Amino acid sequence: MRGNPEEHELLAPGSLPAVLELLATQPGEWTPIAGGTELMVAHAAGRLASRKLVSLWGIRELRFIEHTDTEFVLGAGTTFSDLRAHAELAEELPLLTRSASWIGAIANQSRATIGGNLVNGSPAADFSPALLAYDAEVEMISTRGTRRVPYSNFHNGYKRNVLVPDELLLAVHVPRRFRRHIQYIRKVGTRRAMAISKVALAGTALLTDGLVSEIRLGAASLAPFPARLHRTEAAIQGCVVTRETMQAARTALLEEAKPIDDIRSTAEYRRQVGANLLEEFLRRLQAENAP
Amino acid sequence: MSTSPKTRIVGTSVPRKEGVDKLLGRARYVDDIEREGMWHGATVRSTISRGFIRSIEFDRRIEWSEFTVVTAADIPGKNHIQLIVADQPCLADGKVNHCDEAIVLIAHPDKHKLREAVAAVQVEYEALPPIFTMEESERQDVIVWGSDNLLKSFLLEKGDVAAAWAGAAHIVEGEYRTGAQEHLYIENNGMIAEYDAGRGVTVWGSLQCPFYVHKSLMAVFELPEDKVRVIQTETGGAFGGKEDYPSTLGAHAALLAMKSRHPVKMVYDRMEDLAATTKRHPSRVRHKTALDRDGKLLAMDIDLCTDGGAYSTLSSTVLSRATLHSPGPYVCPNVRVRSRSWATNTVPYGAFRGFGAPQACFAIERHMDVIAAAIGMDPVELRRRNFLHDGDTTATEQVMREPVILDHLLDRALKESDWYARRARFARENMTSPVKRGMGIAAFYHGSGFTGSGERYLSSLAGVDVLEGKVRVLVSSTEFGQGTNTVLTQIAAETLGLAYDDVAMAPPDTGMVPNSGPTVASRTSMVVGKLIERACLQLIETLKAQAGLGENFSRGEFFAACEKLRAAQHEAKSLVRYEAPPHIFWDDQKYRGEAYPAYAWAIHVAQVAVDTATYSAEVEEFWSVQEAGRVLNPVLAGGQIEGGIAQGIGYALYEKVLLQNGHMANNQMTNYIMPTAEDVPPIHVSFEEIPFRHGGFGAKGIGELPHDGPAPAILNAIMDATGVSFTTIPLLPEDLYAEMRLRRQVEEMAAV
Amino acid sequence: MSVGRSTIRFTVNGEERVVCAPAMKRLLDVLREDLRLTGTKEGCGEGECGSCSVRMNGELVNSCLVPVLQAEGARIETVEGLAADGLPNRLQQAFLACGGAQCGICTPGMLMAATHLLKKNARPTMAEIREGLAGNLCRCTGFVRIFESVVAAGAEADPETAAHAR
Repeated sequence: MRGNPEEHELLAPGSLPAVLELLATQPGEWTPIAGGTELMVAHAAGRLASRKLVSLWGIRELRFIEHTDTEFVLGAGTTFSDLRAHAELAEELPLLTRSASWIGAIANQSRATIGGNLVNGSPAADFSPALLAYDAEVEMISTRGTRRVPYSNFHNGYKRNVLVPDELLLAVHVPRRFRRHIQYIRKVGTRRAMAISKVALAGTALLTDGLVSEIRLGAASLAPFPARLHRTEAAIQGCVVTRETMQAARTALLEEAKPIDDIRSTAEYRRQVGANLLEEFLRRLQAENAP
Repeated sequence: MSTSPKTRIVGTSVPRKEGVDKLLGRARYVDDIEREGMWHGATVRSTISRGFIRSIEFDRRIEWSEFTVVTAADIPGKNHIQLIVADQPCLADGKVNHCDEAIVLIAHPDKHKLREAVAAVQVEYEALPPIFTMEESERQDVIVWGSDNLLKSFLLEKGDVAAAWAGAAHIVEGEYRTGAQEHLYIENNGMIAEYDAGRGVTVWGSLQCPFYVHKSLMAVFELPEDKVRVIQTETGGAFGGKEDYPSTLGAHAALLAMKSRHPVKMVYDRMEDLAATTKRHPSRVRHKTALDRDGKLLAMDIDLCTDGGAYSTLSSTVLSRATLHSPGPYVCPNVRVRSRSWATNTVPYGAFRGFGAPQACFAIERHMDVIAAAIGMDPVELRRRNFLHDGDTTATEQVMREPVILDHLLDRALKESDWYARRARFARENMTSPVKRGMGIAAFYHGSGFTGSGERYLSSLAGVDVLEGKVRVLVSSTEFGQGTNTVLTQIAAETLGLAYDDVAMAPPDTGMVPNSGPTVASRTSMVVGKLIERACLQLIETLKAQAGLGENFSRGEFFAACEKLRAAQHEAKSLVRYEAPPHIFWDDQKYRGEAYPAYAWAIHVAQVAVDTATYSAEVEEFWSVQEAGRVLNPVLAGGQIEGGIAQGIGYALYEKVLLQNGHMANNQMTNYIMPTAEDVPPIHVSFEEIPFRHGGFGAKGIGELPHDGPAPAILNAIMDATGVSFTTIPLLPEDLYAEMRLRRQVEEMAAV
Repeated sequence: MSVGRSTIRFTVNGEERVVCAPAMKRLLDVLREDLRLTGTKEGCGEGECGSCSVRMNGELVNSCLVPVLQAEGARIETVEGLAADGLPNRLQQAFLACGGAQCGICTPGMLMAATHLLKKNARPTMAEIREGLAGNLCRCTGFVRIFESVVAAGAEADPETAAHAR
């Protein structure tokens, strides 16, 4: 244990308004900590820069799964165990449930939160590709009120996002319009469990009269942050899925992807496997279309 | 097939002797222990791989008067860790030869104060050019060890290799490489030390060999035998990683204890343990093999190199075992093995389950499949044609006097794995499936115990004593999960005619037990077990002769007789010393003769699936058929095989030590990948038993055997699945991908 | 800088405990140092090995990642709470009989994970057992006999699962 607990202050105001008040009066001073599955690792490694932390654990206003006719609303304090246990979510938005099962293992899932995963903003974040493929929106809150942005605009750099110093992630909104979409997700890690993603791809597509009328691709580790593959989508949008489409899509992905070499994998591997996953998805679309 | 005599306790799965404590969470590992007035220690380590230490400054932002600081200058005796060659300093003195080498030790009552203090020690270096690979070392442009970088070399020759090429129908060459591997015991290295002017040094800790640490501390502190005491605490996994390193850590903790006048605890965290302690030697093995038209081996020319790291530690003995295992379980009239261990500026490599055999077996068993493909023969048939049998001689001219049942093991393995049917099915399915499947095989032996005259040199002493209705086994052999406590007490209980619960282990404390040798080399059941058996028989004879014990005796009569003996002689104790079996002739210079007193034999079969979308290979199922003498405890023995196979799977496909400038960059569990419960396949284990009369109740060594076979079996399966022969491990998906891409490019270029 | 200590109340194995510790002290360290419950182990400090696993409010957590302040009012279960009067419970007996523990260092965490699994699912399939224990690394056993132990301890072993335990 390289961190010194005596050098870090941790407050637990216990309610959302109290936390927001703290952030408003001392913006940028207090680092929110939810389940701690990221920050406590840094603490043990002696790398926890934040001296002042505010606990979000146990704040009911952040931990919920609700839905309206048009969307699911997932509180930022919702754990991945909560997500996995929700039957309706699993039925309607299965990519979210699958993603939740990828976080570490059971003991990590009971503490890791949606908010933590998104705000930590690793390019390899497990929950992000599905949210991108589902066209999700994130809702942020401060004492000044709430605002929403498309999740695909939430990250604006390596481990950077659009939250301003007095803001917290409040919830993720996922539209309920994917029942007829063909859905795909696959993560490639170092092993079957407890694995950081080398590359992951989520895809949702709608076929209308044999043409791809909608396609969304969300990828991990093909950019400095989890991102949509817009140019690759453009190569598929409006097309019938043929061998030529697949080749064009593959080429587009290979060009659009900007992975890096790091301790876990190589850029070249990520790029190629990303393309292979895309091909897997497209073959599924092709099969759907077959008479 | 089992020809073992009937026994009551030996051969049954009695529960682990210390099992209840472990399951209740009551077992006390070193970090669970506190001593009165205990301080905590930390280490300042080199940040460069080679150079002179020009100065050591202590930043004044720290209140140093609160701390104890130790450097090489504080060492009362010799500044070296006594192993085989005394080249490794206890603390760097003026020079460092690898990254993370220990330079300064610091202690303080509050462990939280240590980190900042370590960071406040500024070492100025004058860097020297480091070398990081075997190839750089053997070029000898830069000399980093001795006069020539060569830590050790062997030459093993049988027959006349040079003459054999001319008459060969086939000559096949190959080069095989293995990477470093980390033990990843779940309990990190740790020690607690106390120093007292009267009593001397006492250390408690996670370790395999109390007397190794004892010997080392004697030299560092210049103390006599009875002023150093080493006590093993419950040890959470070792696998060889706590064979020599504890001598260094024990000395460090004891130096701080001496200077601070407080007990000092030093327990590494995972990052430090991964970066700074020993790992398996990387290797490069080149084979050149001559065969006749029928696929019979005519000659083997083997060039084997290991990377020993910055200091020799155990490199010579690892090289020895690698050399002796390199020709595989085959008959070959002409063999030459030239082996060398080269020094580099990396953290010294050390013992790890298998100790050179996994490296050697990987090479020969991959090479057999490469040969089979080259000459158009079935790899199973190729092995069969060349297997050793009873009466054959090995590369060291050792005659196989004990039965060798490789054919039978092979038959059984093929049957249990449904080898032919699966291979046929996969050949069909692979044509259309994106997941390619294959089956692979490995055949191998593992020499039990120390090489040649090693046991004679150790001259182990072991036995039992009896105290108020309890028998105690007196050994320095330690438990670290492999079952020492259980099998030795089983042997004693069986021999004495008592119940399993009548026998306990004496504490693993050098102040209380004789030196039965180190707990290494798969020698405990065989060698030490035999000593316990003999000591118990000797005790019975003594009781008959001197305490009126009858020919047939009850449990009560036995203990009564022991009390009578104890009254007369102050103790009821029986110790025996190792006696070499007859015919152990070994020439250390020519590397000829009886290399090992006994061999365990095994066949491994792996079924592997390669996903062509992700280039990942996964083991789907695994079979292991072995003959390792008498199985003393089926549950424990099975557990050893399964655990060793899991480590072997990691060695082949998951575990990579990533060095950047000589420092382990992936020194966290997040980034050093071992298989989880979701990755390990179903593992099927079958034993054949041929009791070895010189081993404890017929046992031979078993602990290391299972780590020798998985890597080649797996890569042979990958060759079967994909047609591609991979010759380097660890084989990660990125490596598979790179090779596939290279081949595609070559194909595309050829097509142009 | 030195922050003060917080007073934290929780129950451990059914017993009410109060500790005075810095809020960011790890629950693992509070258990081991303040409460002298050394059964729970540290293997990695990163939430990777699971040897620090405990149950907190009915969930399995890695105690090395929980700041003790967040355990206020919690119901904590550790390995020390499994046996009654020092007698191994059904799961512990199964581990003993089947060889589920070798060096024993992963065992407390493994037992907590297995306890958690069996509480949620009395008759887990092999896949569910593998998933339930995926966060607990064992370097000694290769997991085989741990699976067998869990199957043996399950309420009524599913024969299909038992057959696939090897």
